[in-house]
Parts: sequence; C-alpha cells; structure tokens
Amino acid sequence: MANLEKTASEQNSNISTKKQRSLWQEAWRRFKKNKLAMAGMGFIMFLIVIAIGTIIVDLVTNKSFYDAYVIKLDLRNRLEPPSSAHIFGLDEFGRDMFLRMIWAIRYSLFMGTIAIVISTIVGGVLGAVAGFYGKLTDNVIMRFMDILLAIPSMLLAIAIVAAMGTSITNVLIAIAISYVPTFARTVRASVLTIKDQEFIEAARAVGASDTRIIFKYIIPNSLAPIIVQATLGVAGAILSIAGLSFLGLGIQPPTPEWGAMLSNARTYIRDAWHITVIPGMGIMLTILAINVVGDGLRDALDPRLKS
Amino acid sequence: MYKYILKRLLMMIPVLLGVTFIVFFIMALSPGDPAAMILGDQASAEALEMKREELGLNDPILIRYGNYIIDMLHGDLGVSYKNSLDVWEQVWERFPNTTILAIAGILVALVIGIPTGIISAKKQYTLIDNVAMIVSLIGVAMPNFWFGLLVVIIFSLHLGWLPSQGMGEGLVPLLQSLVLPALTLGTGSAAMITRMTRSSMLEVIRQDYISTARAKGLSERIITYRHMMRNAMIPIITAVGLQFGTLLGGAMLTETVFSWPGLGRLMVDSIKSKDIPLVLGSVIFLAIMFSVVNLIVDIIYAFVDPRIKSEYKKG
Amino acid sequence: MKELLKVKDLVIHYQTDDGLVEALNGVSLSIGEGETLGLVGETGAGKTTLAKGIMRLIPNPPGKIKEGEIFYDGKDLLALGDIEMQDIRGGHISMIFQDPMTSLNPVMTVGDQIMEVIQKHNNISKQEAYQKAGEMLELVGIVKERANDYPHQFSGGMKQRVIIAIALACNPKLLIADEPTTALDVTIQAQVLEMINRLKKKLNTSMLLITHDLGVVAQNCDHVAIIYAGEIVEYGDLQQVFKNTQHPYTEGLFGSIPSLAANVKRLQPVEGLMPDPTDLPEGCKFHTRCKYVQDICKKNVPPLIDIGEGHLVRCVRCQKQ
Repeated sequence: MANLEKTASEQNSNISTKKQRSLWQEAWRRFKKNKLAMAGMGFIMFLIVIAIGTIIVDLVTNKSFYDAYVIKLDLRNRLEPPSSAHIFGLDEFGRDMFLRMIWAIRYSLFMGTIAIVISTIVGGVLGAVAGFYGKLTDNVIMRFMDILLAIPSMLLAIAIVAAMGTSITNVLIAIAISYVPTFARTVRASVLTIKDQEFIEAARAVGASDTRIIFKYIIPNSLAPIIVQATLGVAGAILSIAGLSFLGLGIQPPTPEWGAMLSNARTYIRDAWHITVIPGMGIMLTILAINVVGDGLRDALDPRLKS
Repeated sequence: MYKYILKRLLMMIPVLLGVTFIVFFIMALSPGDPAAMILGDQASAEALEMKREELGLNDPILIRYGNYIIDMLHGDLGVSYKNSLDVWEQVWERFPNTTILAIAGILVALVIGIPTGIISAKKQYTLIDNVAMIVSLIGVAMPNFWFGLLVVIIFSLHLGWLPSQGMGEGLVPLLQSLVLPALTLGTGSAAMITRMTRSSMLEVIRQDYISTARAKGLSERIITYRHMMRNAMIPIITAVGLQFGTLLGGAMLTETVFSWPGLGRLMVDSIKSKDIPLVLGSVIFLAIMFSVVNLIVDIIYAFVDPRIKSEYKKG
Repeated sequence: MKELLKVKDLVIHYQTDDGLVEALNGVSLSIGEGETLGLVGETGAGKTTLAKGIMRLIPNPPGKIKEGEIFYDGKDLLALGDIEMQDIRGGHISMIFQDPMTSLNPVMTVGDQIMEVIQKHNNISKQEAYQKAGEMLELVGIVKERANDYPHQFSGGMKQRVIIAIALACNPKLLIADEPTTALDVTIQAQVLEMINRLKKKLNTSMLLITHDLGVVAQNCDHVAIIYAGEIVEYGDLQQVFKNTQHPYTEGLFGSIPSLAANVKRLQPVEGLMPDPTDLPEGCKFHTRCKYVQDICKKNVPPLIDIGEGHLVRCVRCQKQ
C-alpha cells in the first residue's frame, strides 16, 4: 500500500513538476515581453542594491557614518534647497535629504516585504485549512476572517499599534495581521477550485495523507494567485507603514523613514517644498514599480485575463 | 427583498459583536494603567486600587466586554480618561464630519473614475486610453497624505484659492474647505475605480450579447448605455464598496493633513494620549460605518443584477 | 427567383499579434428570395466571418473588409453609412448567434430585449411594442407572460427560441443563422430547426444557414456551399452536391458521416488539419490534405468553374474533364 502510494504520487509529482516548470517558463517569457513590468522590476532591484549598500555601510562603520551624517543635526543650514553639494537639499534639521532617503529604503521595502511574507504564510495556512476541510472548520475560520475584514485594514493596524506601542516589530505585526484575511480568502478560493480536480482524488485514492496532499499538491498549484496578491500586498503594506509613520505611530524620528519625514515636513510646508516633495516621490515611485510588476505577473501567470 | 435586508441586518449583529470584541481585546492588552492616567502620578496605591475597582478593571475581560456592550446599547461608551467628557457625545459630534468627508471623497472617485474608465475602454490603445492608464497608475501609487500636502502647497499656499485647514461654518465656507480634503481622499480611489471600470468594460465589450445588440441595429450610444454599462457596473459596485474601507482608513490621514475635525483625527489624537475609551468608541463607530456601507452595496447589487436578486428571493 | 443577397469576391483579413489572419479570400455567393443556402465547413473555415461581414459586424481593428461587394436588394451594403446600416440590421437582415447561453443580455428581461428591436425599426408606442413582443414569444412557443422574466430563468433551448423571436420580430427578408443548434442538446436541435424552418416559410424569409452538419443541410436547404480556408470549394443545389460530389474535400466530408444504408467498416476522416490561417499554403489551399494531389495543385489556385447547371467546383480535376 505504501509502495503503491509512493509510485502513484511520484508519477503525479513528475507530471505536475514537468507541467509546472513549463508553466513558470512560459510565464517568465510572457513577463519579459512586458516592458513596463521589466522597468518596474529593474527599479526595485536598484532600490534593493542601494538598501543593501546602506546596511553594509552601517555594519562596516559600526553606525558611525549613520550617526555622523544621517541623523546628526546641523541647524545652521537647515531647509537648504537642492544644490550640487546636496542634490536633494537639507531637511529641517540640516541633514542631507539624499542620505536620509536612501537610508530609509530598508524600512519601506524590507519591512513591507517581511510583513507580507508573514501574512501570506499565516493567511495562506488558514485559507488552505478552511478550504480543504470545509464545513465547521471553514465556517469558524472564515467568519473570523470576515470580522477582521469588517475593520478597514488601516484602522486595524492603528488599533494594534496603539495598544502595543510604537516599535518597528509592532508596526510589522500590526500590518501583517491586517493583511491576513485577504490572503486567507485568496488561498481558500483557489484551494476550493483545485480540491475537486482529479489528481487530488487520485492521490487520495492511493492513501496520501491530508498534510501530504496540502503541501505537495494544493499549495504548489495555488501559488500563482498568491504571488500576484502578495506582490500587490507589498505595495499596500509600504503605504500603510508610511501612513502609520506619518501619523506618528510608526517609525519614530530621528530614524529616517519616508512617511515620518513627511510628517516633519508638514510643519515647514510654507518654507521648503523639497522636504515635502522628495519623500513622497520616493514612496510613489516604489509603489508604482511594485504595482506594474504585480500587474505584469498577473498577466503573465494568467494569460486568460489579458485582453 | 425586505426579508433579505432584514436577514442581512441580523447577520450584521455577530459581525459587529466580533469587531467590537477584537478592538476591545486589543485595547485591553495596551500597557499602562488607566487609573494612574486619570489620577496622575502622585496618587496613592489605595486611591489607584479604588479607581480600578470603580472602572471595573479588576474583572475578567469577558465580563468587562459584556458590561461595555450593555452600556453601549444604552448609549454609554464611558468617559474620556483625559477630560472626563462623555465619549458617546464626542464621537457623535465628530461622526457627521467624517461622513461628509467620506461621501464627498467617494463622489470625487465616482465622478472621475467611472467616465474615465468607460472612455478608456471604448477607445482602447488610443492616446486617451494610454494617458488615462498612466495617470491612474500614478494615482494608485500616490500616498494620499502626500497628495494632500501637494494640493495644499499648490492651491492654498501658492495660489491662495482654498483654505488648507479646518472645516468651514456655513454652506459656502464648508464647501470651500471641503474641496481639497475630498480631492485628496478621492483621488486614489478614483484611480482604482478607473482601472476597474476599464477592465470590466473591456470584459463586457467582448460578450456575445453585445453582438446581439449590434445585430438588432441599435445605435452605439444605446449599446454603450443600456447594454454595456449596466453589465459592467456589477463588478464596479463591489470595487466601490471595498474602496470605501480604504477611504475610511485614508480619512484618518486626510483629516490629520487638513485638521478636519472628524472621527479619524479624534482617534489618532486619543491614541497618542492613550485615551482608551475614546479610541474604542471611534474605532467601533468607523467599523459600524463600514459594515453598513457594505450592506448597502450588497442591496444595490441585487437591484442591478437580477440573477442575484432571484437568489436572494430563494434563500 | 429574384436575387436578394449577392456577395462578390469578399476578402476579410484580421491583423493580430500572431500575424495576418486571412479569414476570407474572395468569397462569392447569392441567395434568392425565400431560398435557404447552407454554408458548410470546419471550425475556422471563415463561416462566422462571412456572416459577420454581411452584417458589417467585423470588429475593426483587428478585422478589415479588404475587397469585394455585398448587394442586398440591389443596395451596396459596404457603401452605406453607419445609420443606414443600423436600419438594415435587425430590420432587413437578422442574425442568430451560435451560443444562446451568452447571446442574451443577463440584466434585461427577455420582453425588453425583444421590444428593443421592434421599437428601433417600427414607429410604435411602448404598449404596442410590448404587445408585439408577447406575440413573438407565443410564435416561438413561449407563453407571453414570461416576457417579464430574465434570461437566467430560461433553459438553453428556450433562450434560443427567444433569440429567434428577436431575429424575426421585424419580419426581416434575410435570416443569417450561425450554427443555431450547435450548443443545444441533440433532442432540442431538431425542434429548434423545425421551428426556424416553419417560421421562415410562413414569413417568406430567405436564410443563410451556417453549419458543419451535412444532415442539417439535407433537411433544410435548397442550395449548399462548401467553404474551406476562406474559399468556396463547391456550390450547387442539394442534388448536385450530394449525389454528384466533385471536390475531394466535400467527398471527405461525406466519408466522415456514419451511414445506416451503406455497409462501411470504418469511417474515413479527412486526413490532416485545417491550414494555419496566418500561413496558408500556395496554390490550391486543400492540396496539403488532398489524396488526388498533383504538382500543379501546389502552384496554381484553381478557379471556381461551372461543370453544368450551376454546379460550381474549385478543382483542377474538373478543369480537365
């Protein structure tokens, strides 16, 4: 019996990996043709490289560069507009805006990604379990998700941060929780469509366990919509982080973060446009790039949707 | 139909209980002693203990929650820790302001989003379509509080056309003070709705019943309005309902940017001062608003799509 | 018999991402008053393109009518303005589409959908139009009270009846039926066809019946045209095409029908596949699948020639005779 199950599932997985490899290759071929999406991806890569660069600088100089240039106050030259010496100008405390902008990338990009990875895993597992077992399990999990969904995600994130206090970890948790229901729904929907297909029945017929079926067949086969949803989710999470910081509930000054920079800029809105315009541009371009990549992935992974 | 609405209203009760419980629970976890916050640092241990007992803080959480709900049903949301004012009154006073802003924002989104999306779809791949798509991509990517700051710089500080802070009294000042916040709040949703409308229209344009309508000899105008739009509206209505949640979240940021005296700003201010009853009251109010809007959306749905309507009648 | 529709050398191409699709390559045909012409061919042969071309419903872009003329009752349809063409559609020429499940607007009552065409082409009040819509429903065997129901409340066969009611509501002179029964259950197919035929006779409507089923042609048509890769390969009356089959493709089509009378061991399918319409072969377009293929077939496109009494065939073998 065990042997039988093994051979059957091996055959099955051979078929599915073969099919999948060509599916992913095909998708990548389609994605490469989409110039806008490729440009977006290039921009994100560029940001990642710079962000890693700043992290390396911090490690190598043991934060002395950070202390001396990124957060050090220099009130004499405050609000100086962009010039050749400081291409993005100086902020309200005379700090170099360019350095602060690039030091801030990690908080938006990496925190947004980590938050979404957490909520994808948690929401994915909840959605898969709900869709797979159905009945009471499904009802309990999904009603709970409905309740979470009934609270606008920004509101939920604010409430959590308010209760737990403003720290980077808490912001991360708050945003991750607020995105869990979305992923649970996506995964549940695709599990429900996959569950009834014949190769699942075949695996079950030869005695594969539930865990095995979920991890071996259902999750790999519902990856495409999850990837698209997660990509677009990162954009949303970055906006949420910036929003929380703007309200003073996220990353706290003097740590450079785009939303927090905007929050400070608000006070000097009459005196200096550049400290308002530049951080917002950073957020906007990052989100724009992620969104075009997300759209590109959707078109590439599901050609039926493309007009 | 009435039966369906009644059923949906009844179904809202467990959801709202769940929402209030989650928010209550999160807030109860919050560090810091409310008694100390009210009485100040100098209070004696006995005084603090007495205050805690008075506030019911020593009871188990479920009992506290139960008491809170019972009080809420009597129109009592407790008193603010900060200034001892009645929470219900404060929330109720701010509530219309947020409603005005949210309605204005969704109107901006609909008035810009739907026509742009339709024109874009009808003229797919033309210059108009491309421009609309690029602008809407940017619109979706812009953080709305930043857009708010930009319009303040341009329209208030530079051009001096419109006020940048507060809510005007009297109709004309009110409308003047509403323009920039509503624009700020609605732009992101407008961009989202443009994209939704376009893809929904493109989906409908390819349907067989559009060919049937053409084969009948109907004019392009009638085909667009009577046949395409009514079908395209169905997914758009869902999108608008979901946008409303985003919009309420955005309202907190917009209200902060424009010092708009709404629920969102009340909430943000009370979070900063750790005024738990006030936070709880405003979160619950916003969540109820969102649930009611979703109910309205579902009912509109039934009127537009007869297939859903007959399902409602059945169940 | 008076000629009602005449199509001359119609060429329709689609410009797509995968290249130029040569859907129709010089098709000519004519239909007399009250006559039924059967148009037979495989999927992708250009049948629907021809139907939509006559209605001027080819979406542009990507489609384009490159050459040719379409005369209806002496009028050149390709020269008409958009508004004049709208009067023709639904009023003079009607069309029934393949899939009844998706051909009705899901958010309008069927009564409204019938009324719409009546009001467009007749100057009558709403009440009168509603009355007429009810009569049309009765005519296709549906009680008129159901006019207030929505399409999802009807079965597939019923929906196709509604579509027929829409098509015939304004007494058109020509009805184009594009595989009207393909999407229906076999038991309902016969009923629907019988009804179309009865109504057509009653109203003296001409019909272009598009199908891939030669049995349907035998029962319903006066003339038949066989279309392959956007060209007519054989045309004639039923007797000529069925009893005196000349073109190898037509022969192949008959070979692939099971018969009760003949004692055949095995059905003979037409070997091979339809050529890719973005890359049609040179010469005779059928030569890649033809069992009588000669060298000349690969170079020259054979003309459509009359082998007697209006029986037209596009094949070099007939040229020699």
